[in-house]
Amino acid sequence: MKNVIEKYIRKEMFPHIWCPGCGNGIVLGALIRAIDSLGWEKDEVAMVSGIGCSSRITGYVDFNTMNTTHGRALPFATGIKMSNPKLKVIAVMGDGDCAAIGGNHFIHAARRNIDITAVIINNMIYGMTGGQYSPMTPTGKFGSTAPYGNIDQNFDLSALAASAGASYVARSSIYNPNQGTRFIKKALSKKGFSVVEIISDCPISYGRMNKLRTPVKMMEWIKSISVPKKTWEKLSVEEKKDKIPMGEFLDICIPEYTDKYKEVCAIAQEGGGNE
Amino acid sequence: MSDEKQIVKILQGNEACVEGALLAGIRFFAGYPITPASEIAEGMARRLPKIDGKFMQMEDEIASMAAVIGASLTGLKAMTASSGPGICLKQENIGFAAIGEIPCVIVNAQRGGPSTGLPTKPSQGDVMQARWGTHGDHPMIALAPSDVNEILEITVKAVNFSEKYRTPVMLLLDEVIAHMREKVNIPSREQLEIIDRKKTNVKKDEFLPFKADEDMVPPMADFGSGYRYHVTGLVHNEKGYPTSDAEEIDKFLRRLSNKVELNKKDIVIKEEYSLDDAKIAIVAYGSVARAAQRTVKLAREKGIKVGLLKLITLWPFDDDLINQLASQVDLIVVPEMNLGQMVREVQRAAQGKSRVISYTRIDGDLINPIEILEKIEEEMSQ
Ligand SMILES: Cc1ncc(C[n+]2csc(CCOP(=O)(O)OP(=O)(O)O)c2C)c(N)n1
Ligand code: SF4
Repeated sequence: MKNVIEKYIRKEMFPHIWCPGCGNGIVLGALIRAIDSLGWEKDEVAMVSGIGCSSRITGYVDFNTMNTTHGRALPFATGIKMSNPKLKVIAVMGDGDCAAIGGNHFIHAARRNIDITAVIINNMIYGMTGGQYSPMTPTGKFGSTAPYGNIDQNFDLSALAASAGASYVARSSIYNPNQGTRFIKKALSKKGFSVVEIISDCPISYGRMNKLRTPVKMMEWIKSISVPKKTWEKLSVEEKKDKIPMGEFLDICIPEYTDKYKEVCAIAQEGGGNE
Repeated sequence: MSDEKQIVKILQGNEACVEGALLAGIRFFAGYPITPASEIAEGMARRLPKIDGKFMQMEDEIASMAAVIGASLTGLKAMTASSGPGICLKQENIGFAAIGEIPCVIVNAQRGGPSTGLPTKPSQGDVMQARWGTHGDHPMIALAPSDVNEILEITVKAVNFSEKYRTPVMLLLDEVIAHMREKVNIPSREQLEIIDRKKTNVKKDEFLPFKADEDMVPPMADFGSGYRYHVTGLVHNEKGYPTSDAEEIDKFLRRLSNKVELNKKDIVIKEEYSLDDAKIAIVAYGSVARAAQRTVKLAREKGIKVGLLKLITLWPFDDDLINQLASQVDLIVVPEMNLGQMVREVQRAAQGKSRVISYTRIDGDLINPIEILEKIEEEMSQ
């Protein structure tokens, strides 16, 4: 296992910036294993991230990498994919990055169904800036900017992606990294916009403010709220309240954006269209 | 230029911009609709697919700027176009292009501001936004053509500079020249000097993505070409990795600005009219420079020795040029369609060697040649 990881990391970038017990490393491991299992060349992978603790992942891996601006990983990735469709393009984002400031880009990347895999590390908090509540912080939980409890409703990002036009959507957690690896592998193999949301921890910020101070407590909590999709469907509304369904939510084949653009070029070059 | 291959067409300014961009090798465009820049996106949407180029209409201007940068990293020459409100949205990612040293061109067809302002009226209100719109010390090249023919020519230069210096370049149009139709000479590609970014040729394991050559510009590698590297908006070392080392930070940030500032001689484009014997100079740019050219003629008919320095490159600003001019003339008049943005630069560079006065208009109407002349006569009578 160790060798697989070593093959892909930039050792000179270590030590990494993450706190002990942070889930980002687990997701990084899952991502690398998924890529390795597909046998892809490092040269053909472009990994793009936004800003946040989770987004630092791109600095640590030996691909064509880009650590962009907060929330904007997907439009940067879109420019790359559109210009060189041969590249395997992956966008890694935090929950604040993807669902708050980057929410609109997320919707539109899904709507275009462009062949990019989005991996969202959802620790339900703004980690890097010190624990302010994010659009994924569950209602009633605490953040440094929600000292009396969060009154916002949290998003269901997977449901959002599925309804916006994605091809593949799945959710897993750092408690179950083998499942995460499997889902990421499927997402990477999918032609179209694919999303894997990984529920993660942030003992430093989320844990500290929500009586889950240690990584172990956070893991146990994540385990306790995770329910397989099939089981979840059978739960009552009341039972569903504090639980998160895990599994694959969407897996379809629909025309992909860069393929459709090739058709546009063909029409233009044959003198078609309304010109 | 030989006339043989040159095609002459009546084009709108925005269309001339598209022609110039395609000639210069732009193969990726991402944008979002906005008056008075939309015709550039429309032109690109028609033309790019015909030559296997890529056109995208993004969800907003932030995304457009991001997509352009991503595209440029894969090796395509890339451009976006917008106006005031959209340019504001692009600014954070323009900073990213600057620090990541990623070539790209941003066309800003200026309209009156602030905010929604005057969408269908000309303005030169973004001169300072062009220079300092994104935060922090950063390099910036901004070019301002003043007629439709010049838009084509200067668009080519904008793309060339972005490639040569690996930096974002802003092309400042205004509503009038963007929408005006004029006769344009369309040269062939062979008739033009086209500059492509320097590519690295070192061994893959020896590649330092941000190690500059003597000209202060690092050779580039396309994403996917086998040179794997990291691009970040954090201040980074030659390897491209974030650094907190004071020496590395200082060296990097100074080089970043200096690659433009110290290459001014190459980047500054200007034109001079009747300056040889002038005692009064007009310093103007964009569509106002065109009116000013006429002012020179009218003034000379009256026996007033007026000349014009037309600035096409606004940023970097050429202090020496203005300083010399100030030593020669008694009065410099700076007419602008804003409340006096460039005049401050001119005053600063003139160092008191001549009087520098501002003439401004922000009512959405053009500055005409007679008003500038009247301003000169008013000053002379004082
Ligand atoms: C435009 C902009 N606004 C705000 C910030 C400050 N900022 C940095 S990281 C971050 C939040 C990160 O949270 P998340 O995306 O959930 O990632 P995490 O750190 O939890 O992995 C914010 C708000 C920024 N860098 N840029
Ligand atoms: S602050 Fe939270 S998310 Fe960031 S590295 Fe620490 S534990 Fe991880």
